[in-house]
Amino acid sequence: MKLSAIQATEETHAAISDIVNIREQSALHRVMTSQAFWVAAALFALVVFMTWLEPTFGTADNVTNITRNFAPLAIMSLGMTVVIITGGIDLSVGSVMGLVAIVTGLLLTWHHSWYVAFAAGLLAGLACGAFNGFFVAYIGMPSFVVTLGMLSIARSLAVVLSGNQMLYQFGPDAPIVRAIGQAKWPLHPPTGWAPRWMPEFSSHFWVMVILALILGAIFIFTAWARHLYAIGSNENAARLTGVSVDWIKFQAYVFSALTASIASLLLLGYSGSAINAMGTGYELRVIAGTVIGGANLMGGYGTAFGAVIGSAFLEVIRNALLMAGIDSNWQGAFVGMFIVIAVLLGMQTSGTSLVATIREWIVWKRV
Amino acid sequence: MALLDVRSISKSFGAIRALHDVSFSVDAGEVVGLMGDNGAGKSTMVKLIAGNFPPSEGAIVVDGKACHFHRPIEARAEGIEVVYQELALADNLTAAENVFLGREIKKGFWPLRILDKQSMIRRAGELFDELKSETRPRDLVKKMSGGQRQAVAIARARLSNAKLVLMDEPTAAISVRQVAEVLELIRRLKSSGVSVMLISHRMPDVFTVCDRIVVLRRGSKVADKETAKTSPEQITGLITGAIREA
Repeated sequence: MKLSAIQATEETHAAISDIVNIREQSALHRVMTSQAFWVAAALFALVVFMTWLEPTFGTADNVTNITRNFAPLAIMSLGMTVVIITGGIDLSVGSVMGLVAIVTGLLLTWHHSWYVAFAAGLLAGLACGAFNGFFVAYIGMPSFVVTLGMLSIARSLAVVLSGNQMLYQFGPDAPIVRAIGQAKWPLHPPTGWAPRWMPEFSSHFWVMVILALILGAIFIFTAWARHLYAIGSNENAARLTGVSVDWIKFQAYVFSALTASIASLLLLGYSGSAINAMGTGYELRVIAGTVIGGANLMGGYGTAFGAVIGSAFLEVIRNALLMAGIDSNWQGAFVGMFIVIAVLLGMQTSGTSLVATIREWIVWKRV
Repeated sequence: MALLDVRSISKSFGAIRALHDVSFSVDAGEVVGLMGDNGAGKSTMVKLIAGNFPPSEGAIVVDGKACHFHRPIEARAEGIEVVYQELALADNLTAAENVFLGREIKKGFWPLRILDKQSMIRRAGELFDELKSETRPRDLVKKMSGGQRQAVAIARARLSNAKLVLMDEPTAAISVRQVAEVLELIRRLKSSGVSVMLISHRMPDVFTVCDRIVVLRRGSKVADKETAKTSPEQITGLITGAIREA
């Protein structure tokens, strides 16, 4: 009798400690507390609202446009996410785009085949990434400084190489290059089978989807990604446990440059021309998309889904403002506001919440 | 034969002599306390044994084998694990992920070698059970108490079947209840045959769990006594230099 009573108290005790202690992370809990989830919800609400307000917003044509517009940014956000997870930043992506476009454009103008030109462009981009990665990972310089330097270097090289001219006489392979950048799937009749209501998604969009799926799988399933997160959270700890910190950080910058190069090639194909100003200011849009998607600038957190959603969100806002007939000069203000709001919302679920901060501030005021 | 035999070790950094002719040994399953004031050479000693750098003179003998470590990974290969003061843990990962950080279990084959999360969670759970710790493998380290963090760090050491675990100030910044937890963890390690070297400032902790106490002062060994045959007063005297040698 007594024994069972003791057991009973022990059981209640255990139950209490279970409640007091933090709950184990369930999949649902993780999804619900992620910023990307809430941004996705906001995006969905915005889309529904706009479709109701402005019927042209929901048309297949407009969806095709929006998805093609944000895809290059989302592709670069995937690379940026990897860098940001390590606790770094890559300011050079926009300039790398410009350099890649010019290198590829030059080779096309010299009548090389498209794959030679694309390979050379990718190599130029990867070289920029390797430069960034080497100085950040192996020399230990701040990523902000190194990539700021590369921002200037790559853009300058692009201007010099192009002779400050727009390149558009692409030689025999021009149709292939354009086909790569302008391809769509699925197509409407008469050429395709897709019903009218279905958007014809651009090649940009599909490349983004494939890259996002690959990166998402890497984040979930590989030790490499786990090391990436560990580096972002506690670089010293990762080093002490035998993780090859320098090598992984190096790879992160190369990957970011790779995504910038891919985005550049797609845009080059789409416009059928190469200008040295391609990607100017993109670094900030990419960082904005990445941060809105929930990546933590302090390192240690970020997802592939978030990168895509964040970029999509920015583009939908831009498009919605346009559709609603608001002066396009307002776009910057709205986008800036949403960056702050998104991060603020993200802090409700991790870190200090706004409510707690205000409460503390009031208490402090009283004292 | 001693598990770890430190023979006449000296270490100089330029003109500064951090350690001078220090010898001591740690037997299998023994808990040895390493004490000394700030600057007495404790950290240098730990770093030498952990393989951060080699000694200037003398030898470190592990299991009868003279070792010349240049990198921590070499010491780890000989079964020496360090639980660092700042606890080398990544806050944003779970307990299981931290235990297996840098040595993840994988399944499948290249290029589809993926993490075997279930195995890692199960194994980490077993390790925590062995340590009688209320740590759950899926919990984020960020949300853990100091004692639970220590358990994760110690589980890391257990995972590799370490023969010697060096603990650098494990009880420095945690609550009283958690200190008891950590001391219990040290006892568990000892009872499973693992040697522990405890570097600590806290006299009560050292006297609770250590079999023997080695005292360093200004880079030299001034005492190497069984805990039963000494007292906190004597050790304090030795650390400060009030008692010259014992």
